[in-house]
Amino acid sequence: MALPVLVLAVRWVMMIMGSDPRAVGLSAEPIDYTINYLGLWAIRFLILSLAITPLRTWARWSWLAPLRRPLGLWAFACALLHLSVYFLLDQLGSFSLLWESVAKHPFILLGMAAFTLLLPLALTSTRGAIRRIGARRWQALHRLVYLAAIFTAIHFILRVKGFQPEPWIYAGVAAVLLLVRALPTAWVRRA
Amino acid sequence: GLPRLPSRLTRRLDEDQTSYDSVTHYNNFYEFGTGKEDPARNAGRLRTRPWTVRVEGLVSKPQTIDIDRLIRLAPLEERVYRMRCVEGWSMVIPWVGFPLNALLKMVEPLGKAKFVAFETLKDQRQMPGQRSSVLQWPYVEGLRLDEAMHPLTLLAVGLYGRALPNQNGAPIRLVVPWKYGFKSIKSIVRIRLVDRQPPTSWNISAPQEYGFYSNVNPTVDHPRWSQARERRIGDWLPRATLPYNGYGAEVSQLYRGMNLKRYF
Repeated sequence: MALPVLVLAVRWVMMIMGSDPRAVGLSAEPIDYTINYLGLWAIRFLILSLAITPLRTWARWSWLAPLRRPLGLWAFACALLHLSVYFLLDQLGSFSLLWESVAKHPFILLGMAAFTLLLPLALTSTRGAIRRIGARRWQALHRLVYLAAIFTAIHFILRVKGFQPEPWIYAGVAAVLLLVRALPTAWVRRA
Repeated sequence: GLPRLPSRLTRRLDEDQTSYDSVTHYNNFYEFGTGKEDPARNAGRLRTRPWTVRVEGLVSKPQTIDIDRLIRLAPLEERVYRMRCVEGWSMVIPWVGFPLNALLKMVEPLGKAKFVAFETLKDQRQMPGQRSSVLQWPYVEGLRLDEAMHPLTLLAVGLYGRALPNQNGAPIRLVVPWKYGFKSIKSIVRIRLVDRQPPTSWNISAPQEYGFYSNVNPTVDHPRWSQARERRIGDWLPRATLPYNGYGAEVSQLYRGMNLKRYF
């Protein structure tokens, strides 16, 4: 799971040591490339983490269960890096510029809202936290991920110019994974 | 390599030029794909000879001009211009070309002509990106006649002293340096003088985001991002975007009295 971030880190090290960004796979515009890359991996990990529970219930692949937490945490890590690069290198590390972008542009607001929703989930991802909060309340809290996924999918749709299928495919997969949860478990098992 | 195009340097710019590699491998040319490096990969299929440009509409001398004759229509100039993409990145490019007004004067616009409409080639076999419906094809653009006649408005046939690479709009493209890059239509096959404002591709696709004028304006944001800053390709940090991309002294009189927030 660390591979995408590791690949990116190696490319950045090579660029900082003097290699041409395009030659190391960061395109002629490495900052834009990096922001897009991290955002794409954040939504991929998020969708994969959302796929675990339906696959457990439906396909009875219970061996997938231990993957859910690391997938969620990698989604958060990519989102955090995505936001950090945007904040430091696009918004010049200025909170007032960032605030202005959030306030003026729904596209940025949705991304920021998704990140904000993931933050408490990442902070309460330990066994200790589950014990302290109580399993029932912990589960209720972690349902925020559904909203985060919806915001992330719309944020991605708003990212591109013209009609491009890629973000709609991600949104479609996310929608299926959320809708399947609305089906009664017994019904899904019989099907 | 691409043929050399001897030209006279008529416009310099005291800013670092973007590398040839970046200018030719970071392109928005959706006819060849939506990825930035797709055009460099896929534009090899475009056949730029034979090639003709049809100039027609409200002119007294409509004609179809072969590209090799068109290139010799006026003395070739090298002009170093800034190029600001609506997405928020910019380049500095040494173009080779001649002013569009040289061509327009030759065909003699009629008094009724108020706008100029441009059209890119439409051919799915040569332009595989046209199989996708990301935009309506062919790509179309337009200028007001006075914008088209402005001495800064260039028909470019080369860059860095050589013929245009296909991914940069070979064999002939428009360059309007005070407007966002998408106004500078590539691989032109038709130029039509008309009496009404012509439709333009990005305006058809998202009218609330891309206006007909699309002059570079740091005070009018794109709905999804700020236009106050831009990242020059090769730089770490963004810089301030200049009104009219730094060409205000020469072009702002074209828009005197206009509400630039309304006519964005």
